[in-house]
Amino acid sequence: MTTTAIPTETQRVPATAPKRRPKREREGAAWVFLSPWVLGAIVLTLLPMAVSLYLSFTDYDLFNPPKWVGLRNYVQMFTEDPRYWRSVVTTVTYVVIAVPLQLALALVVALALKGMKRGKAFYRSAFYAPSLLGASMSIALVWRAVFNDGGTVDNLLGTGGWVNKPGWSLLAVALLTVWQFGAPMVIFLAGLQQIPAELYEAAAVDGAGKWRQFLSVTVPMLSPVLFFNLVLQTIQAFQVFTPAFAVSAGKGGPADSTLVYTMYLYDRGFVASHMGYASAMAWVLLLVIGVVTAVLFRTSRSWVFYASEGDR
Amino acid sequence: MTSTAVSHKPVRWGRVAVHLGCLAALLVMLYPLAWLLATSLKPADEVIASLDLLPSHLEWSNYSTAMEGVNDVSIWRLLTNSLLIAGGAVLGNVISCSLAAYAFARLRFRLRGPLFAFMIATIMLPHHAVLIPQYIIFNQLGLVNTYWPLILPKFLATEAFFVFLIVQFMRGLPRELEEAARIDGCGPFRSFFQVVLPLSRPALITTAIFTFIWTWNDFFTQLIYLFDPDKFTLTLALRSFVDASSTSAFGPMFAMSVIALLPIVLFFLAFQRFLVEGMASSGLKG
Repeated sequence: MTTTAIPTETQRVPATAPKRRPKREREGAAWVFLSPWVLGAIVLTLLPMAVSLYLSFTDYDLFNPPKWVGLRNYVQMFTEDPRYWRSVVTTVTYVVIAVPLQLALALVVALALKGMKRGKAFYRSAFYAPSLLGASMSIALVWRAVFNDGGTVDNLLGTGGWVNKPGWSLLAVALLTVWQFGAPMVIFLAGLQQIPAELYEAAAVDGAGKWRQFLSVTVPMLSPVLFFNLVLQTIQAFQVFTPAFAVSAGKGGPADSTLVYTMYLYDRGFVASHMGYASAMAWVLLLVIGVVTAVLFRTSRSWVFYASEGDR
Repeated sequence: MTSTAVSHKPVRWGRVAVHLGCLAALLVMLYPLAWLLATSLKPADEVIASLDLLPSHLEWSNYSTAMEGVNDVSIWRLLTNSLLIAGGAVLGNVISCSLAAYAFARLRFRLRGPLFAFMIATIMLPHHAVLIPQYIIFNQLGLVNTYWPLILPKFLATEAFFVFLIVQFMRGLPRELEEAARIDGCGPFRSFFQVVLPLSRPALITTAIFTFIWTWNDFFTQLIYLFDPDKFTLTLALRSFVDASSTSAFGPMFAMSVIALLPIVLFFLAFQRFLVEGMASSGLKG
């Protein structure tokens, strides 16, 4: 790729050969540094994306060659497969419950910790810990037991086991995500500390109370961070798998109430060996995440405020 | 922070209330962990029947049962497998992501803008969009049911999040050091290895620890690629308990869960500063 650059550069600086050298070297060096990433981007990202798009128009079971079926997978998905729609509704419900709750909790705790003189570092770490532990199968199994019949939640609230009730099981999964509010909280806290104290002082001089300061200083100054958290957590939530798998013993039950999108994709592709169908599902997921992200970016123009001198 | 200086008495009470609220929230949040630890030491008949958090006596045999492992595979084997995969992933991510990050942060080359944008976009790309063809590739290569599909992608910087994290860090390093090195005759390779890389240690440590924890916790990829019980990781072995509903296996199951969580807890306690700050800086400076 560097070869095309050489003639133009020789033309530009023909006389001073030694001066030209380091520049060309650096261009070549950049590609050496980039080579693992470029290889990965082509072989493990771009090529697979193209292949999965192709497979989504085929019947493929891993053993026989793919058979072109046109739009049949998509038609079947949208019109003949109630379990597919079930998984869509389940996932959207989960995202709508888990993400706002998680972010709200993260923001409240970050605001509480912000002004703290003592104990801030301790709380920050302690609240963050579940974000690392919660992704594990270990904690997912704990969740199933605690929310099961005879588990702690049943004993406390007397609601019976949530895990066995179609109306409640998804909430148990969502609460495991909410429990991991530490990661966005840490980002909020870092964002809050970047807000210059002078802004609050100026607002106070202008007679703004605490609430007014929150609305007129904190919210706009924090909006880029809020936006970042919202996009990241939403994208992640669409791909939830492990807790739903553990809570429902790998089945998505009861009555498909925890059959999230990725679990149904796993079921179609790797259990039922319908790789074409699973590829179609993967592409719809990709498009939906793309559209949701684009919409978030679009609406962000009206509520995300970027200070003119951007970085710090 | 300065607002507390405005008035004294009422703010103090407010502060006490905030601390009480935080402690209460913390108790609720830590409950599942306490429950896990307590249940791993409970005798079989107390797991469901008793409402107490604490066991009547400590049933250490849960742990000796857990040590025997699952499906005739000892826990040492499972632990070794988990460590092998996580270790390989750490090595791969640290090497490949720092190389790519240096190019993006410090070197000029054609297509840098579009490639950087593409790299950022892959952070948002759902894994499932590339999952099935990747599986087919590894299947064709005869590498399914080996550790290669879990380790090899990390050597190709496929986890763009870490490339981004290291780029952000490297951009903050003073350029003068490299310029001085260049005047002294350092090419890009020497200035990478001898100037930038040593200075980037905090970002590399953050990458290493996050990679370890995420790989250790990863379930989906392992579920797809590994099916020989001999090759199972601790996470996958715990999966065998997912279907089992008998309460007699509860104690050993949670003993094994504790063992599986232990490395993460230890990593967290040792490196929490890097982890928390690594997470914090990922959302800023964007």
